Amino acid sequence: MTDQTLAAPATATPPAAFGARKGMSRETALPWITTPLLLLVLLATWHFYVRGTGISSFILPAPSAVWDSWMDMLSSSRAWGHTWTTVYVTLMGFAWALVIGVGLGVLLGRTRWLELTLNPFIVATQVIPKVALLPLFVVWFGFGSTSKVIVAAVLAFFPILTNTVLGVKSVDAGHRDVMTSLNASRWQIFRRLELPSSLPYILTGMEIGIVLAIIGAIVGEYLGGNAGLGFMLVSKMNGYETDGLFAVIIQMTLLGFFFYFATGALRRFTIPWHQSVEIK
Amino acid sequence: MQTEHVSAPAIGLSKIEKWFGTRAQPVHALAPTDLDVPAGELLVLLGPSGCGKTTMLRMMGGLLEPTGGDLTIENRPLWKDGARQGETLSELGMVFQDANLFPWLTIEDNIALPLELKGVGKAERMARAHELTRLVGISGFEKRWPKELSGGMRQRAAIARALSYDPKILLMDEPFGALDAMTRDQMNLELQRIWMETRKTIVLVTHSISEATFLADRIVLLSPRPGRIDTIVNVPMARPRSLDVQTTPEFQDIARTLRHRLNEIS
Repeated sequence: MTDQTLAAPATATPPAAFGARKGMSRETALPWITTPLLLLVLLATWHFYVRGTGISSFILPAPSAVWDSWMDMLSSSRAWGHTWTTVYVTLMGFAWALVIGVGLGVLLGRTRWLELTLNPFIVATQVIPKVALLPLFVVWFGFGSTSKVIVAAVLAFFPILTNTVLGVKSVDAGHRDVMTSLNASRWQIFRRLELPSSLPYILTGMEIGIVLAIIGAIVGEYLGGNAGLGFMLVSKMNGYETDGLFAVIIQMTLLGFFFYFATGALRRFTIPWHQSVEIK
Repeated sequence: MQTEHVSAPAIGLSKIEKWFGTRAQPVHALAPTDLDVPAGELLVLLGPSGCGKTTMLRMMGGLLEPTGGDLTIENRPLWKDGARQGETLSELGMVFQDANLFPWLTIEDNIALPLELKGVGKAERMARAHELTRLVGISGFEKRWPKELSGGMRQRAAIARALSYDPKILLMDEPFGALDAMTRDQMNLELQRIWMETRKTIVLVTHSISEATFLADRIVLLSPRPGRIDTIVNVPMARPRSLDVQTTPEFQDIARTLRHRLNEIS
């Protein structure tokens, strides 16, 4: 037997089609076609329904009226001011939830007795309808942004906390052995092992948390506010401007999309090593 | 010049024992055991499952505290009043059955992790990591993620990580147990080469008779319930050993002896 039979000749090249980037595969391209199409169908149905039935624009305005109203909103500095207020409340609430949720989550994930001690209270904060606490926060902190920041934080806090606890508990025992055999300090174990290992879980908590923070901010604003998209929604309702109501909802939805995808991008950026960001 | 019998052993076990479980249901994992591992030796702990070989190795590595007895590394106690002695621990490098590389670190950062924990600067760390990738035969893969490497290559990286801070002793817990037979043979050859180049003291746990016979200077055969040393077998075959050594009568005699004894005790 000669060596040549064992290995392909060194000059061999893969077939021409191998590894060529085809841009997008059929599957990933699908939503780029179906999403606009479905939206178009929806808008057309809406348009012809309004035209055909002659329904009052107070009950259901035509899509074109909603569009005009939204365009007005985009050119109004007052509406942008309200949008920024909501962005600010959402981000502040989310930031507090993140700091406290991750901090407490790491502590509870590490310390069994602390978790057992605090668990009933944490479950209690979860089952209380938190929106019902808003009047209390208004009494304590006034009608300014603080009370809404707290509502947003309280809503976003729980999923971040539980996911962090799960993440810290899921740290691989073999990885812990490595750190122990290297005589790592408690801080080093946290910084070099527990935190990076929990990051995929924390990011999952953040993805859920950011959406809840927006809900908290908006509900807070329309129950006890004088600024923000939630407040705007209530004033449109009081002014019987149904098309404006729709415009505010569009604005809120886009805000939600933005925050959600921003956290998703954070995942690709912070944990490129994790299987959850592998290209499908 | 010092002769071997007066120099202190790299690892000294004196009446070391280990109990697990509760007072109501105690499990005697390792009966009081004496064992000296001279510096530079490649010692293999061999035995059926439940014989306490991994327990013994984890005690040597400071991952488990002995229930009784004295354990010294380079003549210094590893435990003092229930606390691991950090300085003694830095004479030891551990390799596990799973490579246990951190998936969020590249190969070079994984290898340099122990140095980072010890506060060594980045440039020096990276230089050392690159030197080690050459030693273990994975140069060119420094910037890759662990998931991009094969099982054998990951285990090579794990060995490099254990060698990064130049410990005198390498403790290996079934390091090639999860690899396929061909890769395993290759890794045994590589380990022999690395050992001959670095002159470390190595204690390796395995349940493979051929791996034990191929690698060892001395094989400690352990028997179960409770774990204790059954026999110690010298393997006087010349080095470097090639894989062909497995077909020699000498090798087969030792392997046969071990197999018969293992069948009797398990």
